[in-house]
Amino acid sequence: MSLITNDSDRIQRGDPETAALAVQDLELVYMVRGTPRVVLRGVTFQVRPGEAFGLVGESGCGKSTTAYAAMRYLPGNGRITGGKVLANGFDVTAMSQKELREFRSTQASMVYQDPVQAMNPTLKIGKQVAECYRILGADKGEADDKALEALKRVKIAAPGSVMDRYPHQLSGGMLQRVVIAMGLAGDPQLLVLDEPTTGLDATVEAEVLDLVRDLREETNAAVLLIAHNLGVIRTMCDRVGVMYAGRMVEEASSDELFEEPRHPYTIGLMNAIPRLGLRKTDRALSTIPGNMPAIGTPLPTCVYVDRCPLATDICKTDLPPIVELGDGRWTRCHHSDQLSDIEELISEVPEHEIGDEHVVQLNQVSKTFRQRGNDVPALVSVDLGFAEGETLGLVGESGSGKSTLAKTMLGVHGPDVGGEITLDGKPMKGKATDRRNEAIRAIQMVFQNPDSALNRAWTVRRILTRTVTSLTDIQGEAADRRVEEIAEAMRLSTHHLDMRPRQLSGGLKQRVAIARAFAGDPRVVVCDEPTSALDVSVQAAILNLLATLQRDEKTSYLFITHDIGVVRYLADRIAVMYVGRIMEKGYTDDIFAGPVHPYTEALLSAVPSVDGEATDRIPLTGDIPSPANPPPGCVFHTRCRYAIPGTCDVIEPPDIEIGPKHTIVCHLPVEELPTPVTVSIKTG
Amino acid sequence: MAESYLHDEFPEATQGGADPNVVDPEPVMGNPTAPSQDRKAVKAEQRRELVRAPSFIIGAVILLFWTLCAIAPGLLTKWGENEVIRLEDGSTIPRAAPSADAWFGTDTIGNDVYARVIYGADNVLINAPISALIAVLAGAVLGLIMGFYRGWADEILSRIIEAILSLPVILLAIMVLVVFGSSRLVIVLTIAGLFTPVVARTVRSAVLTEAQLDYVTSAKLRGESGWFIMMREIFPNITNVLIVEFTVRVGYAIFTVATLAFLGLSGGDQTAADWGVDIANGYSLIQSGQWWVSIFPALAIASLVIAVNLIADSIEKVYKA
Repeated sequence: MSLITNDSDRIQRGDPETAALAVQDLELVYMVRGTPRVVLRGVTFQVRPGEAFGLVGESGCGKSTTAYAAMRYLPGNGRITGGKVLANGFDVTAMSQKELREFRSTQASMVYQDPVQAMNPTLKIGKQVAECYRILGADKGEADDKALEALKRVKIAAPGSVMDRYPHQLSGGMLQRVVIAMGLAGDPQLLVLDEPTTGLDATVEAEVLDLVRDLREETNAAVLLIAHNLGVIRTMCDRVGVMYAGRMVEEASSDELFEEPRHPYTIGLMNAIPRLGLRKTDRALSTIPGNMPAIGTPLPTCVYVDRCPLATDICKTDLPPIVELGDGRWTRCHHSDQLSDIEELISEVPEHEIGDEHVVQLNQVSKTFRQRGNDVPALVSVDLGFAEGETLGLVGESGSGKSTLAKTMLGVHGPDVGGEITLDGKPMKGKATDRRNEAIRAIQMVFQNPDSALNRAWTVRRILTRTVTSLTDIQGEAADRRVEEIAEAMRLSTHHLDMRPRQLSGGLKQRVAIARAFAGDPRVVVCDEPTSALDVSVQAAILNLLATLQRDEKTSYLFITHDIGVVRYLADRIAVMYVGRIMEKGYTDDIFAGPVHPYTEALLSAVPSVDGEATDRIPLTGDIPSPANPPPGCVFHTRCRYAIPGTCDVIEPPDIEIGPKHTIVCHLPVEELPTPVTVSIKTG
Repeated sequence: MAESYLHDEFPEATQGGADPNVVDPEPVMGNPTAPSQDRKAVKAEQRRELVRAPSFIIGAVILLFWTLCAIAPGLLTKWGENEVIRLEDGSTIPRAAPSADAWFGTDTIGNDVYARVIYGADNVLINAPISALIAVLAGAVLGLIMGFYRGWADEILSRIIEAILSLPVILLAIMVLVVFGSSRLVIVLTIAGLFTPVVARTVRSAVLTEAQLDYVTSAKLRGESGWFIMMREIFPNITNVLIVEFTVRVGYAIFTVATLAFLGLSGGDQTAADWGVDIANGYSLIQSGQWWVSIFPALAIASLVIAVNLIADSIEKVYKA
């Protein structure tokens, strides 16, 4: 025996031979142009049979690599340089190709992020699912029967007809169900899910997660889940491992980890999330300063030393020990007894002021598209006003018309005749190309994905300069100065100005995008999920920046998001959209306190929350109706659990005011309106 | 408007391209400290990778050789293109097999086939790149307009392009050259015109992808003109496509120029050395055993096409990586 004890000798939650998955001291490098770059630095954890284990950590921490390594799906330049992976006692790292195929078909399966790419577009669903059973030795008829059975098992609507359809004819949520059905074909003891719901709408995500949970209970399969959405991890996983720079720094049960994190990094992450009803008026979000070390950096020390508020000299020289905290819980920190010294970066938040007059106002704005000769009303009689310095959160499922509303405001396409958009009370032209320069300047946008929103051939300086010179009268040297001022306000340094977008991190890119939106002194900025592609620590910085800019510039925001925590943090008012209509609008506090529209109730409870599972969730099943063919009466009656037959499916509901500036579109008497379910907060 | 409706409605479902959580197997290091160096480093790395690729080296050597032939044929052969080989005793050796006196043999008149191959390089090496260049420029403009504006102009042009692409290039070229005469200018413009549709289609699809990105929307939202967006915003992002397209088209153009010359449409003095013309003059001799008169110019064409394709492939590979 060597004197050096491996992590796997210390952290054992049972015999690794009996674990569904036991990753032990796994070290992995990617060969990049002949040089090995270390990605995993000794990762150890176990997934016990029937358990759901989550891996969290920011981009590039190696969590996906760990998941792929568990199945030994590695890119050509990936090399396992140490440790091993045991699945049910079999050493995955030592298997021959034949054994590996056998292992992947009968013992473990993987579900990827994008179900569209996981399916063959030219083959019918039934054939592809049956194929899984053919490989396991079933004859054709038997395989078809089993395929149908499998589709029923994943609770797909009309499984018989789905068998006969092609992948492009199914929605993303349905396709992901099919992929899960295929993954379960061999009755695996281990299911590895890599961002299984990232591309899906929040409500569909909740349904797929419910399915995975039910299937887990049914099959007792162990699950390894990778998700960047911490709400998903919280609601799905029994245990969670936190990874940072290729090392696991803390492992705990899900509840313990989210309620009482015991590693400085985990604490930083938890403080960065807007949760537990936090509002922007309470405090700014905590951020984790600095960046994760680049992949391949040699790190013989504590991996988190550069960003840790507790770091001392020993952290810079010695690998921290594993500190066991009982029940298989552990953290890897030199100073695990001083964690209470970490102060939340609470900064004073001055009250921000909201004006009375509406800067931009939408009056009866509708937008009808022509699709194959049919009228598709994507936006129906929307009334909305934006006061100075106000944030209006816009929520709703995909396809509810949120983006159409934003684009109509921005003038990407003009509204239907009859509606108007006013700026300071004066009507604006519908299309941006017809608007006066002043009106163009007034409404600008921050896009969801900065990679797409910034021209990769341009430098940051050119992007900003062009925006300043084309939107304002500032030209020449004055424009250069203005660009540097804006950059400074966004906390971009001058050397960032001469970079091109791909040289910047995701957070910096989004700062550039925000800088561009603010370059022409806009009155209203449309933010379309500006943080959904970012890590939580970066998200916190961006949300803080948006809040600060709003206070300083008195800008109004239309903030589109699926993240209930974010909207609650940032929005002053919330509008809820469904099939092109605003179903409810009111002050954020009123919405969360209730009573609310039945759709709002369902929407708020469907989204997985970092604060844990709501005690009684309201399922929002089925698909959102097509705007081309909206249901008669109230558009929500087909999915509403309070629907009154004979009324809701016939008569369009009226606008009713149930509080100060709080209106809903519903037939229910006010006293019967639901209150949003609250998350049970466990403590200790 | 069906497609634009889709474009307007569905972006929110697709949660932005790349998965932020997958570790890039070939990570480009984040947090660069020296920005301009980083970009230059990427370019330099691309160049280094290119000049190290064996296929690129082989292609470049062959291409350089033929370029030298086109520029200074006199350096490589002592005989002129229309000079009959005379031995020391003053005798001529028509239809002689390859030997020490005439490496590639001689043709029916007694000219050195080797000298004719060397002198024949210039016609192809001038015409082919020029026509490819014109085709790429014209195709880029058309493709930008089609891909950016879409609508009826795109529909009409797309149908025309499909119609042209369904016809054999050589047949069309012969028709045009018969009508307008076969001067070098007409040949170059004809080949350029016939290749433009293919380039336009490739550029169009690249532009379609670009035009869906939000930076284009953002430019529209600050009121930029269509021309500005096409030329200043989109164009720099499709230059890789154009470079690859150019090298591929040069390969095809060489082939087309030579084929037309073989058919007697060489655009110049019919006695001047030209690979296509020489193959045409010599191929009937193969049956009587004098294969060298046509085989060597044919090999010359093949080697040049292969060289250009090797270069094209390695450039494409480097840009895609």
